Amino acid sequence: MNICVFVKRVPDTEAKIRIDHETNSISEEGINFILSPYDEIAVEEALRLREANGGTVTVVSVGNEEALTTLKKCLAMGADEAVLVKDETPETYDGLRTAKILARAVEKRFPDYSLLLFGKQSVGADNAQIPAMVADLLNLPQVNVVTKLEIDGNKGIAHREIEGALEKVSFSLPAVVSAQKGLNEPRYETLKGIMAAKKKEIPIVTFEDLGLKEEEVTPLLEITKLESPPQRQAGKIIEDEPEEAAKQMVKFLHEEAKII
Amino acid sequence: MILVFIEIREGKVKKSSLEVLYEGKRRAGELNTEAHAVLIGHGAEGLAPEVFPYGASKVHVLENSLLAHYSASSFSLALVSLVEEIKPEIIFFPATSMGKDLAPRLAAKLGVSLATDCTSTACKDGKLEVVRPIFAGKAFATVSFKSSPQIASLRPNVFPLLEPGAEKGEVVKKEVVIPEDQVKGQVAEILREEGAELDVTEADIVISGGRGMKGPENFDLLRELTAILPHSAVGASRSAVDAEWIDHQHQVGQTGKTVTPNLYMAFGISGAIQHLAGMSSSKCIVAVNKDPEASIFKVADFGIAGDLFKVIPHLKEELKKAISE
Repeated sequence: MNICVFVKRVPDTEAKIRIDHETNSISEEGINFILSPYDEIAVEEALRLREANGGTVTVVSVGNEEALTTLKKCLAMGADEAVLVKDETPETYDGLRTAKILARAVEKRFPDYSLLLFGKQSVGADNAQIPAMVADLLNLPQVNVVTKLEIDGNKGIAHREIEGALEKVSFSLPAVVSAQKGLNEPRYETLKGIMAAKKKEIPIVTFEDLGLKEEEVTPLLEITKLESPPQRQAGKIIEDEPEEAAKQMVKFLHEEAKII
Repeated sequence: MILVFIEIREGKVKKSSLEVLYEGKRRAGELNTEAHAVLIGHGAEGLAPEVFPYGASKVHVLENSLLAHYSASSFSLALVSLVEEIKPEIIFFPATSMGKDLAPRLAAKLGVSLATDCTSTACKDGKLEVVRPIFAGKAFATVSFKSSPQIASLRPNVFPLLEPGAEKGEVVKKEVVIPEDQVKGQVAEILREEGAELDVTEADIVISGGRGMKGPENFDLLRELTAILPHSAVGASRSAVDAEWIDHQHQVGQTGKTVTPNLYMAFGISGAIQHLAGMSSSKCIVAVNKDPEASIFKVADFGIAGDLFKVIPHLKEELKKAISE
């Protein structure tokens, strides 16, 4: 079973996000970048499926050459191959644009796949769009926000998280699945893996190689403004005895906040 | 015209969809146009009267035996046939599990871009402009569209839902054509935990515990509070989830859920940046933590620096009293 996993390099979740108002973008200065946490879960799931069923795991990212570090990490975890689709455009937050690039990359480079795995969303853009869009562009079934995945031959069953419950979804391969926390616990890279990853070449593919025309990669969303969230004012902090403190809190909720 | 997708779950119209419809009506008013609603699936027609009072001048009901159960592939095909016919300028979805699954599939079919999980909408020069949090709320982006129709999903629990009016309107039924081989994937079953709790994204009050809860058994204290407070749910910080004290479905923060309840109660949560990102938009925040220097107090409207295990029993009594009054 051949699996493609799509990954993104994103700011560490611990990072404080600063806005560069001149360029209307996130300031990258001093920020540590990581493999997006949900994508990491997707890579782990692909490795486990390969270990159970054989086949190959190919990891694909769209971005500038900084993303090579992210792809190296996936190789160190155990992926067989990695490909970078080179995109020098700064973050557009346009999910359809990325989905079109990925769908084309799949058609041109990986026609022989059974499963396309994604994180349920990137940490940052928080779009949660690309898996469903790629599924539509390639006319495939989609199961998003998955916490359990079983593949048997060309059939799959997945648990998809919805509000307060899970949907058990059955589908046939090839398919798109996006990973949610809880699906697995990603492994750490081993030293051996890191050494092997160093030796692997990561091919860099251009839009031209994929036959993507300029109008196909023109963003259709425009970010007109980026702002920091409004700062909350710290309220009253009391250190009274528990009984009195509880009384004060409920009084606050009742009389000032008028919630209870 | 603005078209609003109304989500039906287990035979009921979801409240979040009515919030979206109401917002759609407000924008339609500014644009001198109408808001229409679309309902899909079995029994949808009977639910139309519940939808009109929130601002739909027309309710489209799409029918086909293959639409009895939700699937993004079949629902998006049905929506495309309606969109091609009535040509809305704007389409709104609720940013629920279903809305987030379906909207991108429709957008891809129409070849247009989509803004997910918006927290405000406006009209500017006759066009839609939306604000959406990025980095789980560490920044806010104002977004406009260069493709049409303009599609956005709106976050539940953010947009006001006013008292329904008495409006009635026209129901338009349409039998849509869906080739059977185009239904991809099927929900075989809905699995619900025994006594399943309300989802944190839907609750009016979220009662969260962190590392300071000390163990999984103590989350029962929070469950007892949810039993007292109507429409409330238990949340958790990442460290409590990573310690396996509670399921990840309850996690609030950057690798969990972003919530905007009327009240967020944080117990034993220090307030890591990832957690604050996911709950700082709550309308009111209260916190109990031993450490008076904890970051959570920087965003709390009211805080108790003290032992949560001593405070909660009294809090239960006081809340019970306040609720019964």
